[in-house]
Amino acid sequence: MPDETSLAVATLSRPGMGPVGPARPPWSRRRAAVRAFTRNRLSLIGLGLAALLAIVALAAPLLAPDDPIKQAVTERLAAPSGQHWFGTDNFGRDIFSRVLYGTRISLLVGLSSVLLGGVIGSLLGLIAGFRGGWTERCIMQVMDVLLAFPDLITGLVVMAVLGGGLRNLIIAIAISIVPRFARFAHAPTLSERQKDYVTAAEALGASDRRIMLRHVRPNISGELLVLASLWIATAIRIEANLSFVGLGVAPPTATWGQMIRDGLVYIQAAPLFSLVPGLAVFVTVLAFNLLGDGLSDAFDPRRPQ
Amino acid sequence: MASYALRRIALAIPTLLVVLTIVFCLVRFAPGDPATAALGPDASADAIAAARQRMGLTEPLLRQYASYLGGLAHGDLGRSLISGRPIAADLFASLPHTIELTLAALLIGLATGLPLALWAAMRRNEWPDYLGRIVSLVGLSFPAFHLGILMILLFSIKLHWLPITGAGAFDDPVDNLRHLVLPAVSLGLVGTAYVARVARSTVLKVKEEDFIRAVRAKGLRPSQVTYRHTLRSALIPVTSLLGVFSITLLGSAVTTELVFARPGIGRMLVQATLERDYNVIQSVMSVVAVMVVLVNLGTDLAYGFLDPRVRHAR
Repeated sequence: MPDETSLAVATLSRPGMGPVGPARPPWSRRRAAVRAFTRNRLSLIGLGLAALLAIVALAAPLLAPDDPIKQAVTERLAAPSGQHWFGTDNFGRDIFSRVLYGTRISLLVGLSSVLLGGVIGSLLGLIAGFRGGWTERCIMQVMDVLLAFPDLITGLVVMAVLGGGLRNLIIAIAISIVPRFARFAHAPTLSERQKDYVTAAEALGASDRRIMLRHVRPNISGELLVLASLWIATAIRIEANLSFVGLGVAPPTATWGQMIRDGLVYIQAAPLFSLVPGLAVFVTVLAFNLLGDGLSDAFDPRRPQ
Repeated sequence: MASYALRRIALAIPTLLVVLTIVFCLVRFAPGDPATAALGPDASADAIAAARQRMGLTEPLLRQYASYLGGLAHGDLGRSLISGRPIAADLFASLPHTIELTLAALLIGLATGLPLALWAAMRRNEWPDYLGRIVSLVGLSFPAFHLGILMILLFSIKLHWLPITGAGAFDDPVDNLRHLVLPAVSLGLVGTAYVARVARSTVLKVKEEDFIRAVRAKGLRPSQVTYRHTLRSALIPVTSLLGVFSITLLGSAVTTELVFARPGIGRMLVQATLERDYNVIQSVMSVVAVMVVLVNLGTDLAYGFLDPRVRHAR
């Protein structure tokens, strides 16, 4: 097909421009996807909830009625009241304020672990699909092994090896996300690799790195972004699980998982201590699931509607 | 079928070796010395040296690797660095509780999720479909441990029907079952969502295949089309879901075991992780690896048994 090749060559010869023709979906298709997204009431609810959570995370100091880590031993496990909407915990800290502050860790870990794991995983999948041969076999074999383990167990073991803390928590969750993105990026790279624009770029002497990052990547990044939106929910769920287990961000920082775990001991005396942060995890994961589902329904033409 | 099975089994062995090697390396190349990590920063140099000796860390790496694999093959997993107890004994005491919990949750998830999915897919865009979609969205977002806590509050604390924590002995089936109900239901119901979602889209995909149109054109009654053709071919991909599903449940069992204070390998792994007991971590991970590989092998074999195309594919 000489036309497509010449188009690709013409595109390549313009410095600083990404490939135009085959790279981006036509405008009408993207507009249709946006329309499909906004018509779906559930995805709009997800978007709204996610925006609300982001605001809560950013404005926690303004919204919280109390200091989340200030202890008041005389007010331990106080019942809900006008001053403490959901009562206080075993150190007399305001549960409502701690739940509000917990949004920060949850969203921070959720977003950054997906970003880290998504970028590394996509690159690995891209390299495996583009290079082929031994590189591909090695990368995909390790990815398959990682994929075989439940994400929570992978997270646990990585935390055991690296130790606790926010940074290691993000790395641990990212590691269980990496193989999903590698797998997902691998398949379309294989088919993109066969296309004429890659041959054209190779003929022009572009390096493998340039072809992978400037030409193939834009063609698969749309699907990867949709995948990322779906994985934020899972990342937040894993974070809650790891904090619940006692391997999250160290106390006294407020995290939902830690609160649920601490509250479990006082489940009879102060049930809200565990239940409110548990509900917060549920709402947050639900919000990102709705958002991710809406995006993938709208942007992925292969998914059954 | 026999040659397909042999080929699959032959493929599972290198996979298992790769996994076990990764587990071995993880523990050996962890930043910081496992002995120091286990004993804490205040331990004396002598104590750390003794611990290193006990863990076999002073031997050459290949020798350690060989004795790790050899011990695994003989069921000898060494001793815990913290309690000094033999790991194999602890592991085999807790493993049945985890397997019991996972299997019970698997059954609950399938028994509720599959009918829901089929019903939803058959009445697409009618109320059963909406119900199914809401159930799976809520279920997928509901942390299993949160559901467990809610059920403890209702059934154990309010109604006093069931015990809150622990696990019943296996020689007392009634007590065992009473302890199993709440954890299995809380884990299983989250699985319902997962099964319902995947099975629904599988059935929908089958419904659009050409052969369904063909049998409909042939004049079969709708119920025959549904039961004899659609569901039958949808069940094959659902089998592969079983494998993924049981491994996911094995992972979620960790927190469920913690909520209900059930003795199990999940709780053992968490305990070892918190104490940085690398010997126990390595052993539990090896057992999990063996289970994962076995489950995947079983799924592959079942798949090949049900779908002849798979076993003849090269």
